[in-house]
Amino acid sequence: MKTSVDHAIEAADLVKTYPGDVRALDGLSLSVPAGTIFALLGPNGAGKSTTVRILTTLSRADTSTARVAGHDVVSRAGAVRHVIGCVGQRSGGDREATGRENVRLQGQLHGLRGRDLAARVDELLAQIGLEEAADRLVRTYSGGMQRRLDIAMALVHRPQVLFLDEPTTGLDPEVRMDMWREIERLTREQGLTILLTTHYLDEADRLASELAIVDRGRVVAGGAPERLKAELRGDAINVELAFAANGAVQQALSPVPGIRELVVEGTSLRARADEGARAVPLVLGALEAGGIDVASVTVARPSLDDVYLRHTGRSFEEAER
Amino acid sequence: MTTLRHMGYMALRDLRALWRQPWYVVATLVQPVIWLLLFGELFKRVADLPGFAHESYIAYLAPGVVIMSALFSSGWSGMATIEDIDRGVTDRLLVSPVSRGAIIAGRVTQSAVVIVIQSVIMIGLALAVGASFPGGVVGVLVLILVSALLGAGFAALSNSLALVTRQEESLIGAVTLVVLPLTFLSTALMTADLLPGWMHTVAKYNPVNWAIEAGRSATAANPDWGMIAGYTALLAAGLVLASTLATQAFRAYQRSV
Repeated sequence: MKTSVDHAIEAADLVKTYPGDVRALDGLSLSVPAGTIFALLGPNGAGKSTTVRILTTLSRADTSTARVAGHDVVSRAGAVRHVIGCVGQRSGGDREATGRENVRLQGQLHGLRGRDLAARVDELLAQIGLEEAADRLVRTYSGGMQRRLDIAMALVHRPQVLFLDEPTTGLDPEVRMDMWREIERLTREQGLTILLTTHYLDEADRLASELAIVDRGRVVAGGAPERLKAELRGDAINVELAFAANGAVQQALSPVPGIRELVVEGTSLRARADEGARAVPLVLGALEAGGIDVASVTVARPSLDDVYLRHTGRSFEEAER
Repeated sequence: MTTLRHMGYMALRDLRALWRQPWYVVATLVQPVIWLLLFGELFKRVADLPGFAHESYIAYLAPGVVIMSALFSSGWSGMATIEDIDRGVTDRLLVSPVSRGAIIAGRVTQSAVVIVIQSVIMIGLALAVGASFPGGVVGVLVLILVSALLGAGFAALSNSLALVTRQEESLIGAVTLVVLPLTFLSTALMTADLLPGWMHTVAKYNPVNWAIEAGRSATAANPDWGMIAGYTALLAAGLVLASTLATQAFRAYQRSV
């Protein structure tokens, strides 16, 4: 077992073209710290799935290569396959077999046998809540059940790195929430490194400790979601005053650091601050000191949509079309 | 060792699916049965032709139809692979430690098992309509063996095609295009002496004909074991070649994903 790998995934300048001059990847680089959830966020066709296919040894980059859990994905593809688990965009379950048979086969292919295998299969089926349906044909499963089975199959050999290619696309909102909880539990309890691709902004925001925004085969921005959002012009702070007091407000807030674009209209006060949550107590304190009563206050954080817009020049919705 | 074990797992997966849908075995038998019953009846009097050195046409036809049934059913083996590709099963297998060879070998093994079952059914049916196999049990076993070898080879080719084209239509087209001509260009329906010269020549290089000749000789009263051994070896070599080709076809598939 390798435990001293700082970066579970490292890729530099991946280029991949398909016949017909389709440039799927155009110098994509990323590095994923071990034990974290990393999201590749981007619209359909941005190159996320191509990246996953290269990292999981299914496809090969035209130039450059990558390392997963310390192994080169081309020259040591066999070693990589032993330490990764993969949930593809399409469910990989055999419909004409039962859930248990699917997980068993996957375990067998990874070298598990006998009692170890049976115990591991039972444990996983219980973990993902498929005990009852375990001996039914996968053909009869709902979309959410198939997805959970995919995860069980991907985990049967206790991989170090788990790839999830759009794991919640096409699922009901409730099932999506279930999946999110499951994914969070996996990193928390098992120290797995997860690389997740998604075209849902909220999914990346909720799950990833770090993300890369992929656009037209390149990473256009990367970092922790909070930091990416902080790079924007700051949070919006909205304060509703008990009474109008324009001049006094300007004066009261002038010593507060980091407050920009202050606008007061009647009883409504708007401003921007780099970190809204920190600025709010200062703003409230300053107003109180200036003798101005406050009725309510809200802070709106910039969304990943704002981040996307800034780095690609298009809104996410526009890019999805 | 690992490859062998993986091959077993993969074959078991397919056989289990077959066990759950046994009608597949029967469905691909419909056509050969029609050939045996209708064609055999229609051309009964072929046996009276001068130069046709066999007593009964149905007895002559039977080994050919057994081989034909192998051809009919094994051609469709690639269909399961196309479904696997569409369902994402192939991608899941390719990023697991299972070897490409084991994936193909598993599928080919399943095809061979189906062919053995079908051959037994066809032989029973042939006996019922008046064919006889003077070569006895050994002869019949050899007929089943060459039938399975030929079918397994065709199953491997069918899987190669499936991996390269990834389209059911292409596979259906290819199988339909190939099966009947290969049958006609053999001694399945007519003795070698009565085939037109050029057909006779082509038949010599036709694997379907190798299997039919070997199977018919083995089930006859005086088997030509030298010829049988030669054709059996050729068929085995063909199977190895086709399986290698199918294993290589994964590369073509992976280049396109």
